[in-house]
Amino acid sequence: MDPRYTVINKRLKRISRIIAVSSGKGGVGKSLVATTLALTLSRRGCKVGLFDLDFTSPSTHLIMGVKNLQPKEEKGIVPPVTKGLAYMSLIHFSGDQAAPLRGADISNALIELLSVTQWGELDFLVIDMPPGISDAVLDLIRLVKRIEFLIVTTPSLLAFETVKKQVRLLQDLKVPIIGVVENMKMNSAKNIAQETEKLGTKYLADIPFDAKVEEAIGDVTKLLDTTLAQRIRAVAANVIKE
Amino acid sequence: MHEWALAESVITAAQQIAEKEKLREIKEVTIKIGELQQVEKDILRFALSQLKPASFKNATFHISKAKTKLKCRVCENTWLFSKTKLSEDTAEAIHFVPEVAHAYIRCPKCGSPDFEIAEGRGVWLENIKGVR
Repeated sequence: MDPRYTVINKRLKRISRIIAVSSGKGGVGKSLVATTLALTLSRRGCKVGLFDLDFTSPSTHLIMGVKNLQPKEEKGIVPPVTKGLAYMSLIHFSGDQAAPLRGADISNALIELLSVTQWGELDFLVIDMPPGISDAVLDLIRLVKRIEFLIVTTPSLLAFETVKKQVRLLQDLKVPIIGVVENMKMNSAKNIAQETEKLGTKYLADIPFDAKVEEAIGDVTKLLDTTLAQRIRAVAANVIKE
Repeated sequence: MHEWALAESVITAAQQIAEKEKLREIKEVTIKIGELQQVEKDILRFALSQLKPASFKNATFHISKAKTKLKCRVCENTWLFSKTKLSEDTAEAIHFVPEVAHAYIRCPKCGSPDFEIAEGRGVWLENIKGVR
């Protein structure tokens, strides 16, 4: 028997809320939304952890401009604290090397980190998910009893069609959805907001395309000064209120 | 003391099995540790002795090491993991998350990182014996 499963919810016991920032599609800005949300919640006085679950393409460390962080070994693994966040990523272990992992390996690494990471007491754990609705999403639903999803889309039908499927799947499985964020909006069209409401899910914010975001990558102060961060502040307020 | 967290999972899992099997006292716990994770047997044993609840008071922990067999998905070559060629940092990274091996190890025959950890990954609870 694999004994690791039995301690996962114990490790997460002192975390008030666990939020997976997810999308059916890649390239919609999940990592930026997840990182900015975590930083915003932290700056509002909450104790926050950020867990980069995009094992094969991690990017939250690049967004925050941090490297060579070392977790501490103490009755498990204690995540390093950076930019006010308890921060766990496979990058702490794989460094600059590519980590080509198949589904079973992703599950195993996820179970390992969930079972040995000592997060301590947190108000929020924000999880940056890989794109799609495969291993990581299914494992979190299976293993983390109190998981909630915040879903990111773009105005593109290509993104929103997969998001709709993801929303329906989560609804079928009775997994709470905080709402949908529409990122990289280029005009004032309301169709995504309307379609989201039709799905029975909250439309949390529209984030206009902001060229300054790319320039802010690697600089948290600049990032928190973008329109994206301004809109995420409203999302954070909404999340705290719930 | 990463082993501490693993020991805690072994004790919790053994307790759950004992409860299911209605065992009131545990006599033996058999654990296998795969070489890939490089778990320190003595530290694990110490952690188990510190964490064991009253029902495990007289339990003996049998801990054996298992060789790690890796199998290439591209050329089907199989080989045994050895940490001797790895740097200390790489060995430590694999100790924390064994799947990170895919970032550092290649098939010695064809050079592919696409291999399966066929045997001997990490900590495994083999068996428990007790009295009802």
